[in-house]
Amino acid sequence: MIEFISSLVPQDLAAHAPALLIAIPMLMAPIAAFMPSGRIAWILSILATGFSLVMAIVLLSQVQSIEGGAVISYAMGGWQPDAGIEFRIDALNSMVLLLVSAIGFLAAIFSWPTVQAEIRDAKTAMFYAAYLVCFTGLTGVASTGDAFNLFVFLEISSIATYVLVALGASRDRRALPAAGNYLLMGTIGASFFVVGVGFLYAATGTLNMAELAVRLQDVQENKAVFAGYAFIVVGLGIKAAMFPLHQWLPNAYAYSPSFVTMFLAATATKVAIYALVRFLFTVFGLEFSFEGSTLIWILMPMGIAAMIACSFQAVFQTDVRRTLAYSSVAQVGYMLLGISIGTAAGVSAGLFHLVNHALIKGALFMALAGVVLTYKGTSLRDMRGLGRSSPWTMTAFAIGAVSLIGIPLTAGFQSKFALVNALFEYGWWWAVAVVMFSSLLAVVYMGRILEAVFFRAPTNPNKRHKEAPLIILIPLWILALANIWVGVQGGFVAGLAEDAAASLFIGGAP
Amino acid sequence: MLEFILERGNYWAIIGLMMIGLYIAFAATNLIKRLIGLGLFQTSIILFYTSLARIDGGTAPILFGKDYKKDKAHGEGYAEGADHAGEAAAHGDHAADAAYGAAKAYGEASIENVYSNPLPHVLMLTAIVVGVATLAVGLAIIVRIREAYGTVEADEIRAMDLEVAIAEAAADAEHGKAGTV
Repeated sequence: MIEFISSLVPQDLAAHAPALLIAIPMLMAPIAAFMPSGRIAWILSILATGFSLVMAIVLLSQVQSIEGGAVISYAMGGWQPDAGIEFRIDALNSMVLLLVSAIGFLAAIFSWPTVQAEIRDAKTAMFYAAYLVCFTGLTGVASTGDAFNLFVFLEISSIATYVLVALGASRDRRALPAAGNYLLMGTIGASFFVVGVGFLYAATGTLNMAELAVRLQDVQENKAVFAGYAFIVVGLGIKAAMFPLHQWLPNAYAYSPSFVTMFLAATATKVAIYALVRFLFTVFGLEFSFEGSTLIWILMPMGIAAMIACSFQAVFQTDVRRTLAYSSVAQVGYMLLGISIGTAAGVSAGLFHLVNHALIKGALFMALAGVVLTYKGTSLRDMRGLGRSSPWTMTAFAIGAVSLIGIPLTAGFQSKFALVNALFEYGWWWAVAVVMFSSLLAVVYMGRILEAVFFRAPTNPNKRHKEAPLIILIPLWILALANIWVGVQGGFVAGLAEDAAASLFIGGAP
Repeated sequence: MLEFILERGNYWAIIGLMMIGLYIAFAATNLIKRLIGLGLFQTSIILFYTSLARIDGGTAPILFGKDYKKDKAHGEGYAEGADHAGEAAAHGDHAADAAYGAAKAYGEASIENVYSNPLPHVLMLTAIVVGVATLAVGLAIIVRIREAYGTVEADEIRAMDLEVAIAEAAADAEHGKAGTV
């Protein structure tokens, strides 16, 4: 299938895929902003994200064309790297790009009914422009090979995200302080990252990440490098919602428009984790003296704290969106735990869970968007009895829920199994117990919701029984079936994650 | 010891500004003041980068004409500058190297002159644009907060939100009772 799609793309286009993947959504954004009606902007955004998806597939097939994964280096604007900005696509980049563009494409398709319901008509064109800018930033982070360029893309996506979150104000005014908080925390995180990059530049004189990795080996004991490392880990930790730095996330997810929540939950923190992995393993590398202690004393305890504390918090929420938001922080904990093992198996399990979590939360929040559209509220009380009135939406929701818990034959099981395997291999058997305990908490908080949905009488029986529109149901079921597909036959995604981890450990630093 | 501290005056100033900015951004209850703190924080980063780029005796990185004769003072300035940078900051010599490399790219004539490293300045132009955009979005959000809440004090907003949340929880509990009975 991948070969077939990439064989349809002309050679000239495929040669410039890394640039076009980002340039097309970026150019479409201002065009969409000036469209007279939101519907045209919507179609434009589907076209742009769909084009990016095709380009991501082409890149994946180019990377997979060589055994062990090729590295595509694209000199932006013909300026050769070190002087110019390099776009560097290896197995890890192509995996994240495929994830972001696929989710972006599905999100763009399903968005129209919810955006129409939640955003004022005059603003829908601008809304889609902001969405495309956000998409551009995320794909840019996932493909650039230049440390400062990564900051710029990170901020492009973040600034668009603040705007998108704040637009939830027409439904609930609490979206505004949430967006303000997110802006404050996000900007501090990005600024920390820039300070760190400044230290690295002072120590090595380059901003190219591959070149940084080579030159950093000569200045391992330099205190400027230590300081830069600390700044970068904390800065990206804020963006990725690492446990104590996650305070911006629950409110931002709970009050933003449902479409935005779905897109952010499935992509934004994932891309930040990608950047963290890239810096930890490619730029600094395991030989760097701080790295081992960071993994064991910071990432691992924080991951475990997130898994337990945020799962508990998720249990006590009355709003389903907040439950899922806290659960997102807990799931980030799983990924960090996998990464903190520091072996190829551990990182691959973390990345596998990253992809699966995007599929899970994408499906869950998409189903919730359908609920918001037809029933307005998302409190636990509003969810009662929905299983009978909108069975299709809620069955997909239930598939996402069991996948989140990690029941066999679902995606969540596969990646948790891989994580547990990696933990046993490394000898952290007690961490396995924590994973199990956290999964039990997931049974509690998702079980509460499922019980309300399927076994309770509707709160208000007079409400019209309405299914979400077909345009929501189709992408929703694609995601839900993807969960089962990965769960039954996890080879494709697991293979992507393994290749990505292998590229970090063997051929990652050229 | 004193020399050690004084030689790094620029860095101390930057760290001071950075901490003041960070403190304001967290401690102020007024949202506008928080953004001011954020602005201060970002500006200190700009200072950090530009002070990295400086080389003793370096001039603006502009290509001189071919008829420009080598100025002895400049040549000495470079040697001195490189030494000083090497001692002063652990990473100084690398920065100087980078700057030297950048200068070399401008052609033979430039080898005779010492230039400040232009790259951090260029990077900071981008960072300034990013900072302006963030500030603009932040102020726009505050305007909307003021419209929706009638205040820009974070603690008052939190109190209002808490009231709403308590009212919602109470309504929820009441409905729950009604539902089970």
